[in-house]
Amino acid sequence: MENRISPFLISILCIGIAVLYIPILVLIGYSFNASALVSVWGGFSTSWYTQLVHNTQILDAAWLSLKIGVVVSTGSVILGTLAAISLVRFKIFRGRLLLTGMVNAPLVMPEVITGITQLLLFISMLHLIGWPHRGFTTIVIAHIAFCSAYVTVTVQSRLASADRSLEEAAMDLGSGPVRAFIDTTLPNIAPALASSWLLSFTLSLDDLVISSFVSGPGASTLPMVIFSKVKLGVSPDVNALASLMISLVGVCVVFAGYLMRRADRQRILDAQMAER
Amino acid sequence: MTSAIRDETPVRAPPRARLGEWLKRRGKWLIILPPLLFLLVFFLIPFGFALVISFADTAVRVPPFTDILSVSPDWHIHLTLNLGNFKYLFSDEVYGLSYLYSLKTAFFSTLICLALGYPMAYAIARTSKSAQSVLLLIIILPFWTSFLLRVYALEGIIRETGLLNTALLWLGVIDHPLQIMRTTLAVYLGIIYSYLPFMVLPLFATLEKLDHSLLEAAADLGSPPWRTFLDVTLPLSMPGVIAGSMLVFIPAIGEFVIPTLLGGPDNLMIGRVLWDEFFGNRDWPVASAVAIAFLVLLVGPIALYQHYNTKQLEA
Repeated sequence: MENRISPFLISILCIGIAVLYIPILVLIGYSFNASALVSVWGGFSTSWYTQLVHNTQILDAAWLSLKIGVVVSTGSVILGTLAAISLVRFKIFRGRLLLTGMVNAPLVMPEVITGITQLLLFISMLHLIGWPHRGFTTIVIAHIAFCSAYVTVTVQSRLASADRSLEEAAMDLGSGPVRAFIDTTLPNIAPALASSWLLSFTLSLDDLVISSFVSGPGASTLPMVIFSKVKLGVSPDVNALASLMISLVGVCVVFAGYLMRRADRQRILDAQMAER
Repeated sequence: MTSAIRDETPVRAPPRARLGEWLKRRGKWLIILPPLLFLLVFFLIPFGFALVISFADTAVRVPPFTDILSVSPDWHIHLTLNLGNFKYLFSDEVYGLSYLYSLKTAFFSTLICLALGYPMAYAIARTSKSAQSVLLLIIILPFWTSFLLRVYALEGIIRETGLLNTALLWLGVIDHPLQIMRTTLAVYLGIIYSYLPFMVLPLFATLEKLDHSLLEAAADLGSPPWRTFLDVTLPLSMPGVIAGSMLVFIPAIGEFVIPTLLGGPDNLMIGRVLWDEFFGNRDWPVASAVAIAFLVLLVGPIALYQHYNTKQLEA
């Protein structure tokens, strides 16, 4: 089968991948341009990176985004995993259809709609019960609502394919259901938990639209600052910032992918050993 | 000693066992309720608020709209529904036009993504298992990197002094730079560039599961490759086609960042109109009405996506 890929398919694949990567590579190239005029190559320089370290507006926004990202991804993994367990393990319960809909809808709901409706909720809640004030809290809540959906989908497929016999064996040996789950199934779905934590983190770090709606005065996340700079045109310090963020995420994803593959291979090896 | 306790609580089991008993019967709700309630309050109920506010009037106060329910001093409850916002949507043609324009843009971008993504997914599905995992990582990687920054990176290619124009000028293909930024073409390029991975991944998932013996059977029976593709491969990969198309089409309709950063003043997509209504005009009731009307139009595509998605999960 492997040898029968036509040159046409190969070329389309190469073009597609080139389309995905050339802009990013060019951006990284420009970030080392000494010239402030983005169109002229003025020699190699790291001066934009040095300037970045002294830009307090960007640093503050980055710090806020990182704090939000950590809280959001932790919260999303907890809620999303609970939702995944509910959907996979409890076949029949009241509200199952509702939960299924609510974990799938955020994946396709346009962000402008989610953002606007959540803002209206927060405004009305603040009016009625005096909580939450717009800013860190509202951004965290809004992000968890859509990130946990991604977590649920990721963990759900892993949990559905997980072997339950170990867990049943643990229960036969006297473990309670929670203890049995933690001892046997949790290590099994741990890679999915780790990757969905990372996914939530990057989604939260990247979100512009929902954050812009639900944020209050004074709370500007990194994408909000970048967006306001980029609207005015290309700026060299954003090039440096973008290159840093993209390379960091790239290295993390490749490393995580490597770890997951190794863990998977180890698991298959263990299973083969056990069968002997 | 033990009998004394038993006398005091004759029927009840010890508290620990009672808790265990309760957990066994009701414990699953401890798992179900937190995500259910959270999503109910912070995802579903907000739509109710938007619906209510779409029937309100603008007002100069905080929050900037009137209450729908009010209690007069003589204890009458007044329900005031203002249908004007929805009437306004139909009377001012900018809303209708931007809906149609968004639909059109999303439709054609989805078609182009499909035309580009299908051969890509097909090629990946045909490679060896080890090459597949590397290629998939290559496709997924842009999905992890910032969406905003990727749109910005595209601007570096297509702007007047960008790489594309510089290269074409240098090669002598054109003698003055092409105007791509702030045009419809830029919006299409932006959507295709940003959403291509969403098309490739579901397509790959269905094409990978394709039974090759069916293709061989068709070939053995004398079917030329293009007939085999149309008769066997394409129908069997339909769930992936639908799922991928919806994953591109639905978010593309509501796209805000791409038309704002890459498009010109003509590229009025509904996401941009909604944003301007909210942040520019500060007209929250009209913005809510736009959002509700938009959502009603999206119910069809979202239901289609859900239907094929669950089908694929069950397969």
